[in-house]
Amino acid sequence: MEESRLVRGGLRLATAVVLLFVYLPLVVIVMYAFNESRVQSWPIVSYSLGWFARAAGDQSVRQAFFNSILAASGATAIALVLGSMAAFAVQRFEFFGRETVTFLVILPIALPGVVTGVALSTTFKTLGIDFGLPTIIVGHATFCVVIAYNNVLARLRRTSRSLEEASADLGADTWQTFRYIFLPSLRTALIAGGLLAFALSFDEVIVTNFTAGPGVDTVPLWVLSAIQRPNALPVVNVVATALIALSVIPVYFAQRIGGETAGVTR
Amino acid sequence: MRRIAVFLHRHPRLQLRLLLAAPLAWLALAYLGSLAILFANAFWRLDSFTGKVVIEPTLANFGTLLSNDVYRTLALRTLGMAVAVTLTCAILAFPVAYYMARIASPRMRGLLLVAILMPLWASYLVKVYAWRTMLLGNGVVDWVLQPLGLHGPGNGEIAIWLVFSYLWLPYMVLPIYAGLERIPGSLLEASADLGARAGFTFRRVILPLVLPAVVAGSIFTFSLTLGDYITPQLVSNTKMIGNAIYDTLGVPNLPLAAAIATVPVVIVVLYLLAARRTGAFESL
Repeated sequence: MEESRLVRGGLRLATAVVLLFVYLPLVVIVMYAFNESRVQSWPIVSYSLGWFARAAGDQSVRQAFFNSILAASGATAIALVLGSMAAFAVQRFEFFGRETVTFLVILPIALPGVVTGVALSTTFKTLGIDFGLPTIIVGHATFCVVIAYNNVLARLRRTSRSLEEASADLGADTWQTFRYIFLPSLRTALIAGGLLAFALSFDEVIVTNFTAGPGVDTVPLWVLSAIQRPNALPVVNVVATALIALSVIPVYFAQRIGGETAGVTR
Repeated sequence: MRRIAVFLHRHPRLQLRLLLAAPLAWLALAYLGSLAILFANAFWRLDSFTGKVVIEPTLANFGTLLSNDVYRTLALRTLGMAVAVTLTCAILAFPVAYYMARIASPRMRGLLLVAILMPLWASYLVKVYAWRTMLLGNGVVDWVLQPLGLHGPGNGEIAIWLVFSYLWLPYMVLPIYAGLERIPGSLLEASADLGARAGFTFRRVILPLVLPAVVAGSIFTFSLTLGDYITPQLVSNTKMIGNAIYDTLGVPNLPLAAAIATVPVVIVVLYLLAARRTGAFESL
């Protein structure tokens, strides 16, 4: 089937318009970061780099980045371990309730974040657990499991079992097979899953809002409170620009590792 | 070490149990347990004097939920918003996905894929904040529209609809693109060989085959819209069901908040069940 020239032209135009729509707000924010004035009005009158220095020196911004990196690392590590174990069980064994495992893994991401957030915070309160970085990590790990799970499962489906069997036939024990056959074949799936889980955790705000204690800010929590203080907006613009720039990293790696990381699940 | 390995090899069921123990303990105990504790609260009573939750079974919270018009309005508004956002995303995403899958050169396709993925990973809050600054008075939107004698969408439902559609668009483009790419060229050739014109092939071959992918995308646009309380709070004065949960929790009235929280959960679960019938889960 060959689309007519008119259709092709129309589709090209529609794609261009949608991309413009997608990028316009990001461009506007980056431009505001260079705005000399404290007031956000359009068009921008004069440009300056001053707010970048101000943001870099801001102690609360640094602390928020530090907390976010810690939280995302913890959540990613837990999610990779739990997700791989679940994926392995579902892919390599037949058992009653296999579907249920898949459903359980997907549920935290399918239910609205506000429900997950309220549920976790209620439980922490009921059990008398203090809110802080550990509670943030528990919340994030819960919805990051699905990403590790999806990536590892997709990889396991494509690697044949004959390699493992050959390894066993040649006298390797379970550990050796795991070390020399599995880990290498899962490596890129784990990296891709870990990267996406990290990015998801780094960006999460709804569940975090419920599971963070007073005084513990992640980057999104810092942005959320700073947005509502007109005085802080110039620094927010700089942080926003940094976050937009950082989003290139997961995309770059995902592209290099290969298209199979498709998982739009987040 | 070696003896453990041999033992495990001989007992695959034990291997399975060991593998499942940790993930299931986490998800079933920590997550389902938390949900159970939350929804149990929906059946407890709030003592209006002490402000404490009293463990005393009652359906009063659900009574409040059903009898109070505010909640019905919020639920319907949120549901309508989820439908409107889903349709908007589908309409905007389809031409882009189609162009990427069937018309763009391989090089262009790669570039477009990156162009669509990038904003997906750009911070959610940054995007909402960008719209907030653009929609405010003296912002970009007013600057563009004023010379035309128009004004921005203000801070009502239209602003929320616009920002949600913007935020979730990539979640719709990617599954539709993947769905279109999976359609074998031979099917389309067969359709043409049998005398179908392009429009007919599109309606009778491409659309039915890509529908599960559209539904897969709609799972994201739909459920993300249902639970979000931050975007409505930042770009408008209009409340959604998520805001009602958040505000009621702040009262604090945990039992009523838990009862309200059942609304989006029920809607999402029904939607997921309906979506599963179309085979959308295989397109996720």
